[in-house]
Formats: sequence, structure tokens, C-alpha cells
Amino acid sequence: MLRLLRRRLLQGVPLILGVIIMNFLLIQAAPGSFLDVMSAESQVSDPAMLEQLRVTYGMDQPVWLQLLKYIWSVARLDFGFSYRQNMPVLAVIMASLPATLVLMLASLLIALLLGVTAGVVAAVKVNTIWDNLLSFLAVLFFAAPSFWLGIMLTVLFAVKLGWVPVGGMMSITASNQGVVATVLDVLHHLALPAMALGLFYAAVYARVMRAAMLEVLSLDFIRTARAKGLGRWRVVLAHGLRNALLPIVTLFGLQFGTVLGGSIVVETVFSWPGLGSVMLDSVSSRNYPVVLGVLVFSSVVVILVNIAVDLAYLRLDPRIRAR
Amino acid sequence: MAVATPGLFRRFARNRAALLGLIILIAVIALALAAPTLYPRNPLRIVGPAELWPLQDPRFPLGTDSIGRNIAAIIAHGARATLLIGLFASLTATLIGVTIGATAAWFGGWVDELLMRLTEMFQVVPGLVFVLTIVSILGGTVQNITIAVGVVSWTGIARLTRAEFLTLRDREFVQACRAMGMPDWRIVLAEVLPNALPPVIVLSSLAVASAILFESAVSFLGLGDPQVASWGRLVGEGRTLIRSSWYISAVPGVAIMLMVLALNLIGDGLNDALNPKLRNR
Repeated sequence: MLRLLRRRLLQGVPLILGVIIMNFLLIQAAPGSFLDVMSAESQVSDPAMLEQLRVTYGMDQPVWLQLLKYIWSVARLDFGFSYRQNMPVLAVIMASLPATLVLMLASLLIALLLGVTAGVVAAVKVNTIWDNLLSFLAVLFFAAPSFWLGIMLTVLFAVKLGWVPVGGMMSITASNQGVVATVLDVLHHLALPAMALGLFYAAVYARVMRAAMLEVLSLDFIRTARAKGLGRWRVVLAHGLRNALLPIVTLFGLQFGTVLGGSIVVETVFSWPGLGSVMLDSVSSRNYPVVLGVLVFSSVVVILVNIAVDLAYLRLDPRIRAR
Repeated sequence: MAVATPGLFRRFARNRAALLGLIILIAVIALALAAPTLYPRNPLRIVGPAELWPLQDPRFPLGTDSIGRNIAAIIAHGARATLLIGLFASLTATLIGVTIGATAAWFGGWVDELLMRLTEMFQVVPGLVFVLTIVSILGGTVQNITIAVGVVSWTGIARLTRAEFLTLRDREFVQACRAMGMPDWRIVLAEVLPNALPPVIVLSSLAVASAILFESAVSFLGLGDPQVASWGRLVGEGRTLIRSSWYISAVPGVAIMLMVLALNLIGDGLNDALNPKLRNR
């Protein structure tokens, strides 16, 4: 297991290097630099001053040298400096990361709970009205854009029914409450964004789960378990579900990046103070050190999650361990 | 060619949901084609009072938006942008994916290794984050959004094409072509590719759906071309008025959902029709 971990981590290094080079060159291709926006915003027009800024940010050097310097600093976890927030890029990312992680994890939890349940029920009651209804819902949520779903959920649950707040992560009064009250407050704010982001993945998991369950339930060991006299749901849950879950684990790793992308849009809808809001602000203000930082950082996270998924596979599927 | 077998449509039509998807798609294409005739003038101009609800005024069946533009006209013209971006982004992705997948599998060795590492590189960068970056650098025109979405959507197609090519590469009919002295490029283009295409076509049709979702997200975030009518942009513009006029966001969202739904259903139907062996899965 350790050997696999080491091998996968080593394979990850050239991958990360490739991602850095690709994105660095992409951003070099941008017509205007962030200095243009910066000088326009603070109304700097003195050529000497601009030249000095260019030197400060190392932009007077050849591209390859800038690239090498960037790789070297990323290796030391230094992603550069964001003039907009007036702090290091890594600090900007770290400050907004928790909010995004909370949103992503809540969405994935909703997706897993709803998706796996729906998939199992649809497979056990295959070709009944339940199967049809659940499959129909899955197709529907699979096609609905998350930002639109978010707005529609807001209209229904926040505006019309008033059950949950329209946006934000916590109430203004939250800071002087106890820990429990604060957590409840955040959960209250989290419900809609997590649903908006999670329902799409619930639909994906439901479809995959249904197919995997149908396949597993037709295998011999399920018939053996039934023949042993085990109860129907015991067979489904203890024997079927355990084996059908593997594709879900794979999907989880593969989709981590897309969930991250999806959270950008959903965060905008709900004014959720996460990485997405930072990314959107940086993209529209051409704050490229942050854009590059978020791209590289999120790629590294995706690589790490996929390594974790591989290791989880090792535990979940004894057939792989035997090899 | 394997794709053009006569029973193809019959097999496709056996899937009722796929047929429904096809009908929706044809309706949207008809709407897009009719848009210049139905609403010959700029759909983004102001034509009536603001925030008229759907069905309130027969001139504006889908109502008007926050500044009095005709939502029906925006939907009709938006269908053009949506279809064009979806189609060409998917074509771009298919072209890149098939080229890379086929090259990797055909040459093998270090070429394969290099191209697969390249594919992995594009797979780990979160797609939407990458699209937003490209669009912010190049500008949010229809062409740039198309290219950006194509560039992030090809990895699955490349992997599938590679897998198909690997199973076909050493088959007898390919060896026969070699023995006949057929040049490599002809074997690849005329013999192997047509046999590898059916599953790839399914993935390409699904890529149209995801491209449309990408485009709508870019426009929703306000990074698209403000001069072009777009469904996603309208959803975004209606967002500030959800208390009084939530229909402004709802209507274009339903359009996006129906379009994506139709393409997904068609993809499933194509899968049944082109890969009959997988039908019962």
C-alpha cells in the first residue's frame, strides 16, 4: 500500500509540472496584464512607476525565466502575491477554501445519500412505477443547470415559503452566538446551495447505482445468499450494495474537479464566500496570479483525491490487493 | 460504413424516450431557423413595458424582462447561439479527442505515453475553472467560448478512441490491409476509424449537452458576449428580480433543461442503436 502511494505520488509530480507549464503559458498569452487593470484602477500613468512595477513583478524578464521562477516558488508553496487582496495568493486561497470545502462535502453527501438510495430502490423495484419515477427524476436533475436549480430553489424555499435565508453563509448576528448555534446557522444557510449543487450528482449516482445494482443482483452469489434463506433487504444491502458501490467511489474521484467547478457557479447564486467567488472576481479583474494559483491548486487537489480513491479501492476490493 | 446501417433509425426509434428527445431537438432547431423570420429585429431591443408576466399580453407570450425586452424573441435567437456553440464545441472536442486517441493507440510506445500524460493533464484541471480562464483571456465571443469548451471536453473521447483503436489495431482485417501494402494513413482513416466511431459518436452527442451547460454557465456569470442573445445570460439577469418576477429566470432555464434533456435522451438512444451488444446494461 505504501509502495503504491509512493509510486502514485511520484507519477503526480510530472503531471503537476505539466499543469503549471500549460496554465502559465496560457496566461502569458493574455493580451493585457494585471498591471494594466491595476494601473487603470489606481490611476497610475507615470511610465517610470509602471516600469518599476514591471520589475517588481519580474515581468521584464524572459518568459522561460519567469516560468522557472514560478515553478520554483510553487514548489516552496509560494503562489505569488495578489495586489487586490494585498496578501499572498496562497493566503487568499486558504481563506476561502473552507467555505468551498463545506459546500462541496455537503453536496457530495446529499448526492451520495439520495443517489445511492434512489439507485438501489430503482434496481430492486425494477420496471415498476417507482423505478420509472426515480429514473425520470434522475434524467430531469441530470439536465438542469445547477445555477438555475439554485435560483428556483431560492424562489420556492426562501422567497415563497421563507424556510431558509436567500444567501450568505451565516447571519450577521452569528458571531456572538455559541458554537452550536453558529453551526446550526451555517447549516441553515447551507441547505439550498448544497441541494442545488448536489442534485445533479445525485442523479448521476442514481443512474450508475441502478445499473451496477442490476448487474450485481443477477450474479450467482446473490442467488446463493437468497438460497441460504437471508431476508431480501439483507441480501440487497449487505451483499449487493457493498459490491455495487465500487463504481461510485471511482466517480467520486473523477468528479471532484467538476464539483469544484460547479461550486463556482452555485457560490455566485448564493453569495457563498468561497473559492468560486474569489475565482470569478480574479477572472473579471485579470488578477492572473490568483487565477493561476487557483488553477494549479485545484489541479493538485484533484490529483491527491484521485490517489486517495485508488487507495480506498485497495481496501474496498480484495481482488485488486491480490494482484 | 457501420454507422449507416439501414435499421439504425428503427433501432433508435424503439427507445421512446430517445424519440421524444429527437422531437425536442428538431423543435429547437426549427425555432432557431425561424428566429430571424419570427423576430427579424434585434431581440435585445426594448419593445414593451418591463416585467410583463407570460400570457399577460398576447404580443409577448413568454413575457418581458426587467427592461421590457421580449423574452420569446431572446429565447428564439438564443437557441441559435446555444445550438451553434454546443455543436461546434462538441465537433472541436471530437476532432482533438479522436486525433489524440488514435495517434496514441496506433503508434504506441513513447508517443502513447506522452499523449496519455497530456490527456491526464487536461483531466485534472477543473473544466469550468479552465473555461472561465480561457474566456477571460481571449474574451467572451461565441467563437472563443466554443474553443474553450472544446478544449476542456476532449479527454473522454480521446481515451475511448484509444481503447477502441487498441482492440482493432491487431485484428485480422487490419493485418490483411497491411499485407496488401495499404499505407498506414489509409488503414487508419478508411478501415479502423469507421469501426471505432460508433461509441465515440455517442460520447460526442453527450458532449453537445455538456457544452451547452458550460456555455450557459459562462453566460450566466456574465462573461459571454453581451451583444448575443443567450439563455444563460437571461437566467442571470433575472436573478435580481426573483421576488417580483421569477419567471424571467425560470423560462430560459426550462429551455436549457429541455435542450440538455433532449440531447441526453438522444445519446442514450444512439447508444442502444449503435452498440446493440450493450443494450441490456
